Amino acid sequence: MSGRVLVGVKRVIDYAVKIRVKPDHTGVVTDGVKHSMNPFCEIAVEEAVKLKEKKLIKEVVAVSCGPQQSQETIRTALAMGADRGIHVEVSGKDYDSLGPLQVSKILAALAKKEEAQLIILGKQAIDDDCNQTGQMTAALLDWPQGTFASEVSLEAEKIKVVREIDGGLETIKINTPAVLTADLRLNTPRYATLPNIMKAKKKKIANVKPADLGVDLTSRLEVLRVDEPPQREAGVKVETVEDLVAKLKDTGKI
Amino acid sequence: MTVLLSALGGCRILRSGCRGLSQLAELPETHQLLRQTCRDYADKELIPVAAKLDKEHAYPAKQIKELGSIGVMAIEVPEDLGGAGMDYLAYCLALEEISRGCASTGVIVSVNNSLYVGPVLKFGTEEQKKRWISPFTTGEKVGCFALSEPGNGSDAGAASTMAHQDGDHWVLNGTKAWITNSWDASAVIVFATTDKKLKHKGISAFLVPMPHSGLSLGKKEDKLGIRASSTANIILEDCRIPLDNMLGSRGAGFKIAMQTLDSGRLGIASQALGIAQASLDCAADYALKRTAFGAPIGKLQAIQFKLADMAVALESARLLTWKAALLRDSKKPFTKEAAMAKLSASEAATFCSHQAIQILGGMGYVTDMPAERHYRDARITEIYEGTSEIQRLVIAGQILKEYQL
Repeated sequence: MSGRVLVGVKRVIDYAVKIRVKPDHTGVVTDGVKHSMNPFCEIAVEEAVKLKEKKLIKEVVAVSCGPQQSQETIRTALAMGADRGIHVEVSGKDYDSLGPLQVSKILAALAKKEEAQLIILGKQAIDDDCNQTGQMTAALLDWPQGTFASEVSLEAEKIKVVREIDGGLETIKINTPAVLTADLRLNTPRYATLPNIMKAKKKKIANVKPADLGVDLTSRLEVLRVDEPPQREAGVKVETVEDLVAKLKDTGKI
Repeated sequence: MTVLLSALGGCRILRSGCRGLSQLAELPETHQLLRQTCRDYADKELIPVAAKLDKEHAYPAKQIKELGSIGVMAIEVPEDLGGAGMDYLAYCLALEEISRGCASTGVIVSVNNSLYVGPVLKFGTEEQKKRWISPFTTGEKVGCFALSEPGNGSDAGAASTMAHQDGDHWVLNGTKAWITNSWDASAVIVFATTDKKLKHKGISAFLVPMPHSGLSLGKKEDKLGIRASSTANIILEDCRIPLDNMLGSRGAGFKIAMQTLDSGRLGIASQALGIAQASLDCAADYALKRTAFGAPIGKLQAIQFKLADMAVALESARLLTWKAALLRDSKKPFTKEAAMAKLSASEAATFCSHQAIQILGGMGYVTDMPAERHYRDARITEIYEGTSEIQRLVIAGQILKEYQL
């Protein structure tokens, strides 16, 4: 199988940053906060670049939906080895309400437009933890999906995917074109080397609007309120096992 | 900006100066990406092992190779020779982040880039560049720079290492001291006197492979800091090298050394900035967590004033370093600015690491926290590649020249 791979890369608040809820409880503070590429998206980019290095695919296209700053995330993907980028411009209120349903509609439209044979995404984003975009994209395209991939191998016109599931590892074989979502152990993303950073300067990032793709960004969801998790309270010490069981029954835990 | 200046008569010097100034305020995207890559690498691969490398005086061979594949072992070298083909500002940014992770690793990278590859790139023949640069871009091999001797450091013009011609060989005799990377290097640039009567104009530079017969290493110095990098004497006893191994022309050695050190100064300035930043990070983090008198000590003015002073010293040194790098990249004179950068950065490093220990109190004095290592690593930055005293002489010399017109 040779051809084009679309890789979705999301700009999220950096994993090391301490998240703060906005005083009006409508969301988290993002202004002036360090952002970087979602770690699972980095793994997705790495997998795509590795497939290209093995000459199993021809072109890696990095896609990001968001405001101007999303271009930085695409540039990082280019510096890791992606060939070109597509920035789908979404800003303001549209960006605030952008979720997996809208993104998967955008990716599906792009996949058709670019005649992609494979879409690789991170399994979830570390800001919303939705774990939905990959699955929705596959459904919209009526493509098979290999989610939580910890190992991917291309065999003729099929893809063998080892998936990390609760019970252990599940191996499936799916047809192409397909959607894959990357799990933690799929690979270790490379550092953007200096020569690749220099090469990335010459690579193109195309600008596209969701309307051009015929995508309606209206959200069906409304965020009512965002709160910090409850403060962890001190525990209670008990003398015997019987006391423990009694306490658990009292508080309705068992 | 550019439009306004064109209206003023298109003064080219002003325009490129403005582009340089805007780079001080916001770095170009490639530089931001490189800085981020080096920062990530330092966080993941250097900070976790720095204490161990220091304790064991262990050369970070694995890390140097990885840094080689990232492309930072020969940043300025053009791509056709195996380098990254980037500018000196990029080099300074990379070196600061690496040194923030591990100062020893920083000096190894700095010496290879500025003191070894740098002069060969500037003064070498095409043949010499291929032979002596390309294998040293990947981190597999590193080079070193032998100017100082037991009898002269600051007094570089008094080189007592001698070189005389014997047939189709140069024969070198003498001892070089304090050579960084010596125990791990595969090549060295040696400065030796070829014509004693010409004094400092009679010094020439030579490329010597390592190991090589006639070249031996003294014992590894047991240093206060930057312990993962090796420092030792290089002893030359009838060390024979082909005539082709002379770098630059006969008698140009002193000039080569001085120009090389101008650039090397920016490398050490960047290393010092990294140490200062690491100290500030450590101190600020501690100030937010440690409570005394019922609140984090970061709420106390005494601590706040220290943090402010540290940040100002660091940021001003950083801007001086970037300005010197930008001048060098624009091929403008940068000797004064480089000396100012090295002087302020090294003094900022010793100041910041000193204050960091103070803020950490007893915890700053033990090896559980990195503050003590930063303090030990910082100290050398005021000494090597031109002592703070020499920097002051260089700066004063430049200033007086400017006023003499």
